[in-house]
Amino acid sequence: MMSKMRYSRRSMLKGGAAAVAASALPAPMVWAQEIKDVTLRQFGTGVSNLNEVGQKVKEDLGFTLEMTALDSDSVTQRAATQPDSFDIADIEYWICKKVWPTGNLQAMDTGKIANYDKIVGLFKDGRLTPESEIAQGTAPHTVGFIPEPGATSFADEPTEWMTLIPTIYNADTLGIRPDLIGRPINNWSELLNPEFKGKASILDISSIGIMDMAMVCESMGEIQYGDKGNMTREEIDKTFAIFTEAKQNGQFRAFWKSFDESVNLMASGEVVIQSMWSPAITAVKSRGIPCVYQPLEEGYRSWGGGIGLSKSLSGLELDAAYEYINWYLSGWVGGFLMRQGYYSAVPETSKDHMSANEWGYWFEGKPATDEIASPFGDVLAQAGDVRDGGSFYDRMGSVACWNAVMDENQYMVRKWNEFIAS
Amino acid sequence: MIGRRALLGWMQAAPLTLVLLCFLVAPIAMIVVVSFWGATEFSIYPAFQLDNYAFLFGSPVTYKVFLATFKYALITWALTLAIGFTVAYFLAFHVRSQTMQIALFLLCTIPFWTSNIIRMISWIPFLGRNGIANTALQNWGVTDAPLDWLLYSDFAVILAFVHLYTLFMVVPIFNTMMRIDPALLEAARDNGASGAQTLRHVILPLTKPGIMIGTIFVVTLVMGDFITVRFMSGSQKANVGRLISNDIALLQYPSAAATAVVLLATVLLIIAVLLRFVNIRKEL
Repeated sequence: MMSKMRYSRRSMLKGGAAAVAASALPAPMVWAQEIKDVTLRQFGTGVSNLNEVGQKVKEDLGFTLEMTALDSDSVTQRAATQPDSFDIADIEYWICKKVWPTGNLQAMDTGKIANYDKIVGLFKDGRLTPESEIAQGTAPHTVGFIPEPGATSFADEPTEWMTLIPTIYNADTLGIRPDLIGRPINNWSELLNPEFKGKASILDISSIGIMDMAMVCESMGEIQYGDKGNMTREEIDKTFAIFTEAKQNGQFRAFWKSFDESVNLMASGEVVIQSMWSPAITAVKSRGIPCVYQPLEEGYRSWGGGIGLSKSLSGLELDAAYEYINWYLSGWVGGFLMRQGYYSAVPETSKDHMSANEWGYWFEGKPATDEIASPFGDVLAQAGDVRDGGSFYDRMGSVACWNAVMDENQYMVRKWNEFIAS
Repeated sequence: MIGRRALLGWMQAAPLTLVLLCFLVAPIAMIVVVSFWGATEFSIYPAFQLDNYAFLFGSPVTYKVFLATFKYALITWALTLAIGFTVAYFLAFHVRSQTMQIALFLLCTIPFWTSNIIRMISWIPFLGRNGIANTALQNWGVTDAPLDWLLYSDFAVILAFVHLYTLFMVVPIFNTMMRIDPALLEAARDNGASGAQTLRHVILPLTKPGIMIGTIFVVTLVMGDFITVRFMSGSQKANVGRLISNDIALLQYPSAAATAVVLLATVLLIIAVLLRFVNIRKEL
């Protein structure tokens, strides 16, 4: 379908050849005309729901993509409860684990995904390179496939039916204010170091916050987890006991829930060390305030998102959705996202959409040879700067765990409420 | 003939009854029904079980959070009453010209031209560690180090509540004060009452309905709030509203509904008790 579509579009553009093409290829012509009337409704977190993507879809593919950006909780809620309100769900893998069993999404045929073979191994068998270890938590490959269309449980091995097509992912760590700390930070345990009493923060989104907590407790040597991504009740209790004590001792200045809150806490100096997301660091830096996304010895907490198709998609809309997915992986979006510090599922196709300097800085971890600017024009780094954490393989190669939903999730959530109220 | 008049009466009452049934009674009934349902990670299913209530009443967090909610309501009420009464008293009895009264009253409402959230959030940079308040205090030599408790604390939460809700106290109190017959005040003075005595024995009893209406506004607003507590405490404190919003965010609708039912019952109980003290209907 993809190739036909491309062919007909090019023929159309070639003007003179159009008449010949039209007589030779009548069917795709009609199809290409019809697809212009298609509107796909996509919703997801603000991270990848960018209007630039919608505009580019209109330019390249001809159809309309409507986007709605929501926070992770609302995204989960909508995917689980309002299947008819969307065509494409842009969700994280841990949300997929929660939402897939509702049957609101349909699996994708990997045979129709042109760049399937080039998708990074993390999303297939869980290994970045054949030698790398599989991280704990809801790793994308554990919820990435189902055994057959219609199944509501996940397959252990890669199959031909993918739940989400990976689009964007990154490795998260603690953000620090090096100017206010004035010494090297190398471990997650520093978050609870009394030295930063009243100047630390953690995010108030339970499924992500619990993983940061686990990284800290493990780094302190207080708890050895069997699997951080699937804790037992005892492990959950012990983790919260440590953090509740710290909270009561005044370790935390605040908790944050939205991206902007984390930026303000850091930029105003209320907080000097906290859980943070990569673009938030960028936002602080772009105000001229020093801020480092500190690589830590224990490794990163990683997250990944992908797009899934609503169960109700069929016919022309479904074809358009596949067209969109193939376009998504073909490089332009990847380059757009990678220039903001995220990673694309098919990095090699993005290379064509980035300058050698950008590719070297963002992907290879090389010193910038010139100014590095975001797609929106903000200067993020000067010549000679190196990305925090280094290259793609250094960063994604030291992922300790993925954002997760555990079997004891409901229990954990209750404990989280207690922690906030304590 | 009587039958027709009765029918007419019913018809006149019907539109309001229907509106209230659809938009007030039905949603509340729905919440009550759902509070007995069960929930999984991602869905809710009809059932009749007491699990949600059992968990709610069995958890020490619930009591703690309700206590915190009462604490916020009580302190906010006391402060808004003191400030609101003073402002209303000044407007009603000290400002002589009616034009001036109206002008000053409008002045009180100016902050309400912006949204609640904005008025609340604008406190954050002001109270922060490097904010205007702390910088000023240190420049004046009042303190040596920034005061951390100014922001992300109970102090900040209550400050925001008082700022947001004092007008709800001013308006009804001012309204009742304006309706006090000036002859009564003259009579009090003629009979030798001091200013304080007039206030205590004449004005206060006559403004009770206004105070009560203001109280109902403030108490229900504070009891039902969640966003002020979240922002001003930096998510570090909880009230009942936050418990409900957390549950909703995590798709635990039945549990949220059960908490909402208990909160509603509590607030209704408080209002019932308040109405025992003053018959507002008689005074309106």
